[in-house]
Amino acid sequence: MGMKPSPYATKIPYEEKDNKVVGGRPDPKNRSDAIDKVTGRARYAADYNLPGQLIGKVLRSPHAHAVIKSIDTSEAEKLPGVKAVVTRDDFPDMEVEHAASGELMVNFRDVTRNMMAREKALYDGHPVAAVAALSESIAKEAMKLIKVDYEVLPHVIDVRDAMKDDAPLLHEDLFTKGAGIEPDPSKKSNIATRMESKLGDIEEGFEQADFIVEHESNTKAAHQGYIEPQASVANFTEGGTIEVYTGTQGHHVFRAQIAKLLKMDISNIKVVPAELGGGFGGKNNVYLEPLAAQLSRKANRPVKMVMTRDEVFRATGPTSGTNCKVKMGCTRDGRITAAQAELNYQAGAFPGSSLPLASITVFTRYDLENVLVVGHDVVCNRPKVAAYRAPGAPMIAFAVETAIDDLARQCGMDPIDFRLRNAAKQGTQTHFGPPLGQIGYIETLEAAKASPHMKEPLGPNQGRGIASGFWFTIGNDTSATINITEDGTASLIFGTVDVTGGMRSAFAMIVAEELGIPFEKVRTQVGDTSALGFNFMTAGSRGTAAGSMAVVKATRDAIHRACEIAARKWEVETDQVVWENGHARPASANVGDFEPMSLAQLCREATWFGGTIAGHAEINVAMGGPGFGTHLVDVEVDRQTGLVKVLRYSIFQDAGKAVYPAFIEGQFQGGAVQGIGMALNEEYIYSDKGTLENPGFLDYRVPVASDVPMIDTHIVEVPNPDHPYGVRGIGEVPIIPPLAAISNAIYDAAGVRLLDHPMSPPKVLKALDEAAPAEAAE
Amino acid sequence: MQNLRYEAPETLADATALLSAEDGVARILAGGTDVIVQMHSDLIEPDLIVDVKNIPELTEIAKEGGAYRFGAAVSGKTLMLHEDFNKTWPGIMDGVQLLGSLQVRGRASVGGNLCNASPAADSVPPMIAAGAVASVIGPNGARDIPVEDIVTGPGRTCLEKGEIVVSFLLPERPPRSGDAYLRFTPRTEMDIAVVGAGVNLTLDGGGACTAARVALGAVAPTPLLVAEAADALIGTKVDDAAMEALAAAARAACNPIDDKRGTIEFRTKVAGVLARRAAAIALERAGAN
Ligand SMILES: Cc1cc2nc3c(=O)[nH]c(=O)nc-3n(C[C@H](O)[C@H](O)[C@H](O)COP(=O)(O)OP(=O)(O)OC[C@H]3O[C@@H](n4cnc5c(N)ncnc54)[C@H](O)[C@@H]3O)c2cc1C
Repeated sequence: MGMKPSPYATKIPYEEKDNKVVGGRPDPKNRSDAIDKVTGRARYAADYNLPGQLIGKVLRSPHAHAVIKSIDTSEAEKLPGVKAVVTRDDFPDMEVEHAASGELMVNFRDVTRNMMAREKALYDGHPVAAVAALSESIAKEAMKLIKVDYEVLPHVIDVRDAMKDDAPLLHEDLFTKGAGIEPDPSKKSNIATRMESKLGDIEEGFEQADFIVEHESNTKAAHQGYIEPQASVANFTEGGTIEVYTGTQGHHVFRAQIAKLLKMDISNIKVVPAELGGGFGGKNNVYLEPLAAQLSRKANRPVKMVMTRDEVFRATGPTSGTNCKVKMGCTRDGRITAAQAELNYQAGAFPGSSLPLASITVFTRYDLENVLVVGHDVVCNRPKVAAYRAPGAPMIAFAVETAIDDLARQCGMDPIDFRLRNAAKQGTQTHFGPPLGQIGYIETLEAAKASPHMKEPLGPNQGRGIASGFWFTIGNDTSATINITEDGTASLIFGTVDVTGGMRSAFAMIVAEELGIPFEKVRTQVGDTSALGFNFMTAGSRGTAAGSMAVVKATRDAIHRACEIAARKWEVETDQVVWENGHARPASANVGDFEPMSLAQLCREATWFGGTIAGHAEINVAMGGPGFGTHLVDVEVDRQTGLVKVLRYSIFQDAGKAVYPAFIEGQFQGGAVQGIGMALNEEYIYSDKGTLENPGFLDYRVPVASDVPMIDTHIVEVPNPDHPYGVRGIGEVPIIPPLAAISNAIYDAAGVRLLDHPMSPPKVLKALDEAAPAEAAE
Repeated sequence: MQNLRYEAPETLADATALLSAEDGVARILAGGTDVIVQMHSDLIEPDLIVDVKNIPELTEIAKEGGAYRFGAAVSGKTLMLHEDFNKTWPGIMDGVQLLGSLQVRGRASVGGNLCNASPAADSVPPMIAAGAVASVIGPNGARDIPVEDIVTGPGRTCLEKGEIVVSFLLPERPPRSGDAYLRFTPRTEMDIAVVGAGVNLTLDGGGACTAARVALGAVAPTPLLVAEAADALIGTKVDDAAMEALAAAARAACNPIDDKRGTIEFRTKVAGVLARRAAAIALERAGAN
């Protein structure tokens, strides 16, 4: 994450104890979000409507790359029912200024150009104008009346093509920056950044190797596939304030970005995060919000904007398509001596792919002496990439974990034993920076090895694959407030958007545990930007891990208040009162013989003894508690059609300590299903004109329920030493291994090595056909 | 879109009159699972929608002598609930059961599937293989058209302005007959055929094939009736050699495109594979009758 760890960041040591609520399985119908979701009452962004609201629509570039010579909106503005039109002229230009937006960094110069094209349209779907009108049909009619004069330029889609010397250039001011580039280049390039990290001596490492494997993998861009399209309602008032209802993973970050883009004071903006219909990193970026706000300002009425699925695919960020080259060597007895990788990542139209994160994960689960990782961040005529669950990691794991599989084969070793032989543990030096703390990678491998899955027999054309993944857990700004209500029940307001739907319940369990009251007596909700201090996004697997640190601190603050009230009543000092089993009690017999007081009793006394019981926390949570996982998959390959069927799938992942195990299992399964979909069929398909050919779920093939078996989950528990409940981030790891695990299983089943993503039937069939004559000749 | 008119006539005469009189864009609406989707995605902007679900002739399933006739707007689900029809034409039902999801099949009709004129429509190859004939009515009267002649290109049919497909007539089934349809999709459901193959055959008492029809979907601009593929089976015991000849004829008939759903090479190869597999199922079903 590049950020220096602050010495003032909060860590709370793990507290080993028997929990009553945490770690249990509450009745799913008591899940805070469940009933509203299944009855349709949950309010997603598109469910918000304000009186007098207009409907906003975006006119988008049909070209992959074009100079926008002029935009004439006069006819559209004249159409009855049209209340406002905005283009690049309605937004201030921005200087280069970087900020964190989830796991990826953004540059405001580019953010403003991405939400509304300025000099050039850089991808099919790039916004060029937006209209607010009385109805959607009028807005659509108006868009037809906007005249945009484009000068179409040659475009470049593929990352390898974009890196070539003669590639069409996207940006006039882009020169490659970064490690190992001296002197500064004088030639413009689509390669925005080169980065490099090393450990030991790579040459020497390869000299020690008995076996060397080289893999080159290519992956297509893949979309998060959240079900809920982006939607926002903005209301700009005459008083100069804005209210925005939107689907976001981080309302405070969005608020700051809107303020910057519209040159306003942050305090004049309120962002209300709606129930989220999936994000997976894709809702870490503003798209519609500033447009709706500016249309609202111009029209003097609230403006609602909802993307169509087509717009979601064409214009919101998928994950990077990549080209990766991996070279690894090991000794005859299975010790890895050298590991080298080159990562070439599409950034989309503007610099800033997931490369910095991906490069941290490349070999991080192995204990290595000689490592060289080189990466390139490359712009091309596609939508700017966004984070997608463990951004960048599945693609490089595809190349690395398949190479590991081949090395194990060459040594004649079982792939799990090979990984165990090289597995990272506490103290292992990483190639990007600090040594690893207490981790549970080995435990996941051992759990996989001992699992019944390993003993299941395989039939003809069936094969088994294994792969592992690593992801970190970020900390960052986090706040929470807890109010104890007059009846002694608790109401928690927190600021990490509940992107999974599980955070509300997990926090309720922690509050219940801390206060000693039943789970059902705790209500939890995400507060809007006016309710709490700054919260960073729910990203980097930090939601429950970091959020719960603030929750614990806030709850303990409230407990302190409760003890103070008891102390005042008993006329003793606050530190003579302890909190046990939901009651304030005298710390010892010496304090006095007082009846313990429950939360409800204390609430009744609160007014007299000083005021309502509440607690709050505003902390920067220290980064830490990385997660490791190992996946096992069995597939069957139809040799005549190339169809790969997933027969059996098991996940072994270190969750630290499970707060709400059923939810962790859901996260494991969800991540794996996304990975399976990506592995087998999901891909962005571009025409030779550079337009997206499959902007919908019919041809962007995410798996349906019947495509995947029930996925077995095994929660490994190696507590995070810096968290009171031992929690690690768990949401992202499970999407990392599937690509490689499935490639390994296909190899085991059919003897063909697939490194070209997706491993769709035409590709598998082609590989089988190409291998067939070779096999016959053998 | 702002002046869309919706009509739901109860007679064929009213329906054809409405369609013939419309100067703008008119669309027949059966289940609407194509029409409504196309309207939502701005592919079509009709001025008139004529819902045909209130016309009795389009919604009935009946036997004429030994032969089945079913209305063009009968929903997939209604067909699936008709036990005897399922027993008689399992291959047609293979196709019908693939139309979308449970929800989609509650509306989707075979008439709509055919008249939407997609080369990948799933109920069409087995209907062609079955020898289904469409009864069509229009301003100039009624005519019967074999199903394989309806679609003339992607999104195009031979129907003239004001014409409606009323129903389909299937031939009476001789004993020892079986049909089957298979499609290839990367996903198990909610996907569109990359290749489809329908086979319908009849055996004599000795197990020799006396009649056969083979149809392919998604490998050409229209669904194809492949006579050469049928010829490969007729007169044989549908043994391995006949199967291989069938596959070869199926491959030879392919005239596909490279697109986001599949390559020419892949579609051609898989057409042969599916024709064989569908024939094997049809053979088994014929043997069981
Ligand atoms: C989610 C989803 C999944 C789908 N999956 C599949 C699939 O797996 N396989 C597949 O083949 N299709 C699939 N479809 C497409 C669609 O469901 C089928 O084509 C369906 O059979 C269409 O029937 P309908 O009654 O809904 O037709 P409609 O939408 O009502 O009509 C389709 C077309 O036929 C015309 N038409 C309808 N009836 C008549 C008539 N009697 N005479 C003349 N013209 C007529 C209409 O004007 C229109 O042009 C899917 C659709 C959706 C939305």
